[in-house]
Amino acid sequence: MYKILNKQDLGPSIKEFLISSPEIARKAQPGQFVVVIIDERGERIPLTIADYEREKGTITIVVQEAGKTTYQLGGLNSGDTLFDVIGPLGIPTHIENKGTIVCVGGGVGIAPIYPVARGFKEFGNKVISIIGARTKELVIWEDKIASVSDEVYITTDDGSYGRKGFVSDELQRLIKGKKEFALVFAVGPTLMMRAVSEVTRPYKLRTIVSLNPIMVDATGMCGACRVSVGGKTKFVCVDGPDFDGHQVDFDQLLSRQRIYLQEEKKALQSCDSANKHSRIK
Amino acid sequence: MKIAPKKVKMPRQKPKVRVTNFNEVALGYTKEQAQQEARRCLQCKKAPCIKACPVEIDIPSFIAKIAEKDYRGAIRKIKEANLLPAMCGRVCPQEGLCEKACILSKKYEPVAIGRLERFVADWEIQKGSPESSSLPSSTGKRVAIIGSGPGSLSCAGDLVRLGHSVTIFEALHKPGGVLVYGIPEFRLPKAIVGREVEYIRSLGVEVKTGYVIGNIYTLDELFSQGYDAIFIGIGAGLPKFMDIPGENLNGVYSANEFLTRTNLMKAYLFPQYDTPIKIGKRVAVIGGGNVAMDASRVALRLGAQKVFNIYRRSPQEMPARVEEVQNAKDEGVEFKFLTNPARILGNKEDWVTGIECIKMELGEPDESGRRRPIPIKGSEFIIGVDIVVMAIGAGANPLLPSATPDLKVNKWGYIVIDETSGKTSKESVWAGGDIVSGAATVISAMASGRRSARAIHQYLMKALQPRDFS
Repeated sequence: MYKILNKQDLGPSIKEFLISSPEIARKAQPGQFVVVIIDERGERIPLTIADYEREKGTITIVVQEAGKTTYQLGGLNSGDTLFDVIGPLGIPTHIENKGTIVCVGGGVGIAPIYPVARGFKEFGNKVISIIGARTKELVIWEDKIASVSDEVYITTDDGSYGRKGFVSDELQRLIKGKKEFALVFAVGPTLMMRAVSEVTRPYKLRTIVSLNPIMVDATGMCGACRVSVGGKTKFVCVDGPDFDGHQVDFDQLLSRQRIYLQEEKKALQSCDSANKHSRIK
Repeated sequence: MKIAPKKVKMPRQKPKVRVTNFNEVALGYTKEQAQQEARRCLQCKKAPCIKACPVEIDIPSFIAKIAEKDYRGAIRKIKEANLLPAMCGRVCPQEGLCEKACILSKKYEPVAIGRLERFVADWEIQKGSPESSSLPSSTGKRVAIIGSGPGSLSCAGDLVRLGHSVTIFEALHKPGGVLVYGIPEFRLPKAIVGREVEYIRSLGVEVKTGYVIGNIYTLDELFSQGYDAIFIGIGAGLPKFMDIPGENLNGVYSANEFLTRTNLMKAYLFPQYDTPIKIGKRVAVIGGGNVAMDASRVALRLGAQKVFNIYRRSPQEMPARVEEVQNAKDEGVEFKFLTNPARILGNKEDWVTGIECIKMELGEPDESGRRRPIPIKGSEFIIGVDIVVMAIGAGANPLLPSATPDLKVNKWGYIVIDETSGKTSKESVWAGGDIVSGAATVISAMASGRRSARAIHQYLMKALQPRDFS
């Protein structure tokens, strides 16, 4: 059992959890994730570690309510416990001193770029962050991202905050207007990561994306998370989650992410008809 | 006394009924049936069955106790050699081991050793909590065991009974390894696995779930926490695919995923349980082993109207147990022998619509001794299916070995050991089960767990000089 030490509403349907997990906190690296199981009948969902404090023995995860499990998770509060938190999983993001790094975070994917941006900053890189969301109140962690970035650019789809447009548009603008970037690191919805990769492709600008496919065991055992990268099948849980965005077959990933849409709807309905935030007995 | 030529039949759920549920198919002997079967045993002085048993259970003795109605005595006898009899009685391939060696089998059917083992194990479970064995005083030595499948559980059981302190680290959220995620409920009820794990716990073994060793701790970190020895029994947890076009289409599962969703995550109870699974109308399961039989039978129980088992060789070469193949047939699985998938077909939305296969014929024997299947040109044909399950074996999961550079693995990624002890190339580390042998059986994993337990015990009792951590 893992205790939730603090919960914060970051925006409509976006929740931040501080979880007590000294052993995972001790080992966590930027780019890694955990598997969370809410209760004995729960599914195993992968969530990127958005922050960790080794001394305090805590990890932070940020969740957007979308399906049954995330709604249920969103209904938990400080003092509640999670059935299991397993990790750290996945290969950490490769961080080295390269020059100027652009970290791009979209929607709830803004949070996971924080430890990566911090890591690059600590290694002496110049860090430029581009964060964006549909609308103003979904732009999260602006201060945290700013604290580890040399420059921060903000976009919203509806123009309610920052520049109107997508994070990929902002990236395009920066590339056209500025000097050399060594690397782009992007986390967010798959469509956004694809758009970012397409922006950088003509410039042969190295682009790392952190993929978020469906997983079950997340230890390389089942292959649910497989995706084609450079024509080869990779297991995101153990070969990733970071991959070269120019090599990823995003269409396949998008398609595989939709496998259980019907079931997800059904689960959410059965959940709605009782109480979204509690288990149906 | 005249010996009955055939085994006493075990009551079973009828095929038409059992495909509609996940309850156990074989229902077990009654006391009368067990005694009747036990009386068929010749009580050989030099019992060949004992030698044929990987863990060397004193088979004639426990059977004699059953005949005498001394079930407590029988279970004690078994547990001298095997701490997990309810499981072994169910999933051990006895027909290739003890029962194959049974003298009776020269003329008649052998004694139903597996069914008798199961009978006494179930008798003990029904009696309530199992008898706890008295443990020797603590040696003060600590052993970490990685993985909680059959090899690890038997290793843990032996070591704790020798007075060592044992901690099992399991990566998943439930202990049991393949017994929990792989073998379906209808063949091995999870309550039985739970009982056997509880028994191991009751002996004093600590079981920690949700620990992915290699990630959360390296082996060296475990040593620095004070463990004196480590046994690795992490299984062959890497699904194999065929590398044919269409394998990443929606609706293609590895057997590991298909079975894990169903068995470990209980997707057959969705939405009471949160994990979903796609239920096909027509399902193709590729492969001829026990896992393929399990996946085929799971597909039927999930509600598939038609399940095809596609195997590239002929029935004689099938690695699955004869009993399991028969079970699958009785339940309505349609076998396509000498048939090999060439590609998986999909629609615009990337969903599986069919599987193109090619007919095979058997040529000369290959390195496995089985006749090599050769494709027949122009014999391609399509089977319309919406779900494909790849059950063509599992490889070595690289997660722990890759985090342990000084652990020697072979070219397939399996851990290299000394055959007599299970000792690996790394100081104070032993290994056994499928991560050493490649996918094999529950009982062979248990035998290797016991072998390493003996070696670890010797090592712990002998070597008291400080270890070099450099």
